[in-house]
Amino acid sequence: MASDNRPLSPHLQIYRPQLTSMLSIAHRGAGVALGVGAVFFAWWLLAAASGPDAYGTAQSFFGSVFGIIVLAGFSFALFYHLCNGIRHLFWDAGMGLELDQTYRSGWAVIAAAVALTAGAWVWACAG
Amino acid sequence: MAQLTLPKNSRVGAGKTWPAPAGAGKTRRFKVYRWSPDEGGNPRIDSYDVDMDSCGPMVLDALIKIKNEVDSTLTFRRSCREGICGSCAMNIDGTNTLACTQAIDDIRGDVKIYPLPHLHVVKDLVPDLNQAYAQLASIEPWLKTVSAPPERERLQSEEDRGRLDGLWECILCFCCATSCPSYWWNGERYLGPAVLLQAYRWIADSRDEMTGERLDDLQDPFRLYRCHTIMNCTKTCPKGLNPAKAIAEIKKLMVARR
Repeated sequence: MASDNRPLSPHLQIYRPQLTSMLSIAHRGAGVALGVGAVFFAWWLLAAASGPDAYGTAQSFFGSVFGIIVLAGFSFALFYHLCNGIRHLFWDAGMGLELDQTYRSGWAVIAAAVALTAGAWVWACAG
Repeated sequence: MAQLTLPKNSRVGAGKTWPAPAGAGKTRRFKVYRWSPDEGGNPRIDSYDVDMDSCGPMVLDALIKIKNEVDSTLTFRRSCREGICGSCAMNIDGTNTLACTQAIDDIRGDVKIYPLPHLHVVKDLVPDLNQAYAQLASIEPWLKTVSAPPERERLQSEEDRGRLDGLWECILCFCCATSCPSYWWNGERYLGPAVLLQAYRWIADSRDEMTGERLDDLQDPFRLYRCHTIMNCTKTCPKGLNPAKAIAEIKKLMVARR
């Protein structure tokens, strides 16, 4: 559009973060994280199919501090993406699009994702 | 692909500080984006300390005061000063709004003022909106009919007229479009919330007889479907409208007519 040296006005650098936009970018981030996590999951399945030695290597990785961080992140990304995905389904049906509703559903998604992640870990550790 | 950083010629540097006049009472600092095609170089932020004892309550009052009394080179658009013309849309305190309806007292700390985001800057707070206007023209925002014109005006029931509430009030300030990250990254192909709300305003009009053609025109991976329900548009609209909901209604109609 500009034929000369007109600068581009600042955008991401200056725009105030708000709950709705942050949850939106987090949804995309969680989607990418799930893609990366799927590689780890595939590796674990391959290891399980390859025999005791490979399975032991995989198990020791997922038992390490770094492995547990990966699993914790993966499980939170899974539950967040799931809950926010349901939020998106309501939006696609034209529901819950008023601003106050999007804020309430946004906080609800965060609470649900944290609760489901914590619940899954309590269940896994108890079992 | 989205470029998240600013191009080299657009990075913002430090500018001048204009102190309050001697004998000023309570002052507020206004940090304003400056760029002039006559000077070239990179944009800068000038700081103006404004005497609030002799300044009106709105951000536009302060800008006019600065232009009148401190620095006449400061350039911005304004007209009605009552939130109906949409000229003074700019980014104030991190969100897009109208300078004339944004109270200075509602902002904490320094008042940071930038042009509407991710547009080419003509001068200071005046961005180039030509692309947005061309996109508006592309949706043909007027009543289109095929039936013969009636003796008098085309009538509408009160209920049908009610469907246009929340749509007709749009003043085309483009606060919403320029708050939308999707429009930042794909503005050349995505119509953005302001234009899509206008598109829906004519789709929803019971008197318009070209609804199918209007929907055909939007059936495109970019023009409509770059909306990801980020909701910045609805959050920022200075008229309290809901472009995200209008876009969702268009998407619903797209599915319903299959």
